[in-house]
Amino acid sequence: MSTTLLLAQLLNGLQYGVLLFLLAAGLTLVFGIMSFVNLAHGSLYMVGAYAGALSYDATGSFALALLAAMAAALVIGMLMELTIVSRLYRRDHLDHVLATFGLVMFFNELVRIIWGPQPLFVQVPEALGGTVKLLGLNYPAYRFAIIVVGLVVAVLAQLVIHKTRLGMLIRAGAQHPQMVSALGVNIGLLNAVLFGLGAMLAGLAGAMAGPVLSVQSGMGESVLIATLVVIVIGGVGSIKGALYASLIVGLVDTFGRVLLPVWLRQVAERSLADAAGPALASMSVYVLMALVLALRPQGLFPVRRN
Amino acid sequence: MFPTSLRVSAALPLALLAALAVVPFVADMAGQPFWLSFFARILIYAIAASALNLALGFGGLVSFGHALFLGLGSYAVALPAAHGFAQGWLHLLVVLGGCGLVALLVGAVSLRTTGMAFIMITLAFAQMGYFLFVSLKAYGGDDGLAVSQTSRFFSVDLGAVRPLYVVAWLVLALVTWWMTHLRASAFGMALRGTRQNARRVQAMGMQPQQIKLVAYVLSGVMCGVAGMLLANMNAYVSPSTLAWTVSGDLIVMVVLGGMGSVYGPLLGALVFLGLEEVLKGYTEHWMVVMGPLIVLMALLGRGGLVGLMQRLDERMATALKTRMAGSSANLDTRAPVSATLPAQDKPGEAAWQPR
Repeated sequence: MSTTLLLAQLLNGLQYGVLLFLLAAGLTLVFGIMSFVNLAHGSLYMVGAYAGALSYDATGSFALALLAAMAAALVIGMLMELTIVSRLYRRDHLDHVLATFGLVMFFNELVRIIWGPQPLFVQVPEALGGTVKLLGLNYPAYRFAIIVVGLVVAVLAQLVIHKTRLGMLIRAGAQHPQMVSALGVNIGLLNAVLFGLGAMLAGLAGAMAGPVLSVQSGMGESVLIATLVVIVIGGVGSIKGALYASLIVGLVDTFGRVLLPVWLRQVAERSLADAAGPALASMSVYVLMALVLALRPQGLFPVRRN
Repeated sequence: MFPTSLRVSAALPLALLAALAVVPFVADMAGQPFWLSFFARILIYAIAASALNLALGFGGLVSFGHALFLGLGSYAVALPAAHGFAQGWLHLLVVLGGCGLVALLVGAVSLRTTGMAFIMITLAFAQMGYFLFVSLKAYGGDDGLAVSQTSRFFSVDLGAVRPLYVVAWLVLALVTWWMTHLRASAFGMALRGTRQNARRVQAMGMQPQQIKLVAYVLSGVMCGVAGMLLANMNAYVSPSTLAWTVSGDLIVMVVLGGMGSVYGPLLGALVFLGLEEVLKGYTEHWMVVMGPLIVLMALLGRGGLVGLMQRLDERMATALKTRMAGSSANLDTRAPVSATLPAQDKPGEAAWQPR
């Protein structure tokens, strides 16, 4: 396997990883503070993707499309928070799962009613249509831009979490919500803000994924489940954990798909390797999660709790 | 001493089970063979939901991955059949052995976690299974696999819908009977205890982890049996049986019916699949109605249909008491007034109820 190919896969893995991070960042905080299980986060990602695709089609400006996607996801997310989610914080996880499962059903079917089952096709914006040259490798500029945006968001998130008052409240809330509430902080409002921020990031991820993945009903599910894996591996409620875990998951998934069949071919017969390779590759992330949970049930970078 | 009122929560499910027993005859008379397969599906999902209820309702284990066992049970029929084995006993053996082993492994790892992480890891294991079968191209992969040889027990072939219906009904009746006993058995009590307070169960000298694991394995195996019946009914299996939405549907059935009750899963499966069928009659986009209904159910809270009936029973019992108090010509005029208070306002009232 040549170095350029490895490099390309590395970048692919990073690109998938940062997309997961955009979803995981918001989700893990809502998980951490209100211990709310939100399966509908994938629906917000889908809302972002559709809003992005449609507004890009209408305006021709990708930047506007990204903004529209974030706005749409924010609006839908806040509606969801106000009408349903905020009523369920005090209940246990089963009710969260049920309610958001119902929401996923609803959004998927609604999208199917309005835009049909066929995927929407989104052009890569012209300015990013070329390639960038990196250590002798020509890599699509758009995919590279996704990595850059993701990393910028990661840095911004770190800054917000560690340098601002909001970040301080978030960290404190993740550690001990009751105490923060007792100190006079409106924890419900804090969580609504977090939910909104998370929704915006999910919308951003959806809009950016539009040109590389297909925009269709149900697109949120697979990425949601990968995001849940990220959160569990990283440790619930930890932004740092979400970042590392999403990069790990992105890389393991990508390299698993490329390398596992090749390796298997060396140790096993070709026919067996060709059959087992893809199977093992698509399971690799889940195997990783099972391993992490078996060895460190609290995740790799757990938030310290009292 | 009083003529006890007929309790709806006990009588209705039994009546339902009896009604399900005569469905084949009614379907024949009405000339509607579709009814038979429709109700067979309800029976099968009721078995699967009862299985999940053992883990979820009794043990408080929120498994979001029971589709794994439904799928494994299905493939345990389809894979041997693809190689020419049609003996039902062999299929059953593969179901019991395969699901038991997988449930043991998955349970042993998953039960190290609790709460949210448990939900996620059971989901992840189910996804693992889903992708495993999607990538098994030799067995149809994504497209699924026709069951070439349905399970044969002696001269009974489960491929035909009538014997399948009878077997599914018998299995469901057996499972329901077993759950009635298990719920009140020492094991069932211990299991329900671990849901409420695992530490206290441990302090009493029992091992909550082991109890939960046993419950999880039993639940997985039972769900596998439902999968086996499902594969025979459809004569077709596909990875979509292992989809995460199926796990979600099963949870909805259990909660809709009433978690932790014996008959809840049956009622839940009946209402959920019945509603689905009715909605499908109006629109192909039935999920756009079903979704909000599920949200509403989650918002309204737990008890489910069984809880609803129990509240009805309590109200009827109170009404009966009121009438008794009236007919005994008691001069104390306050007595009827206090007896008509709604049961939930008087915590002591619930203890009077025979359960």
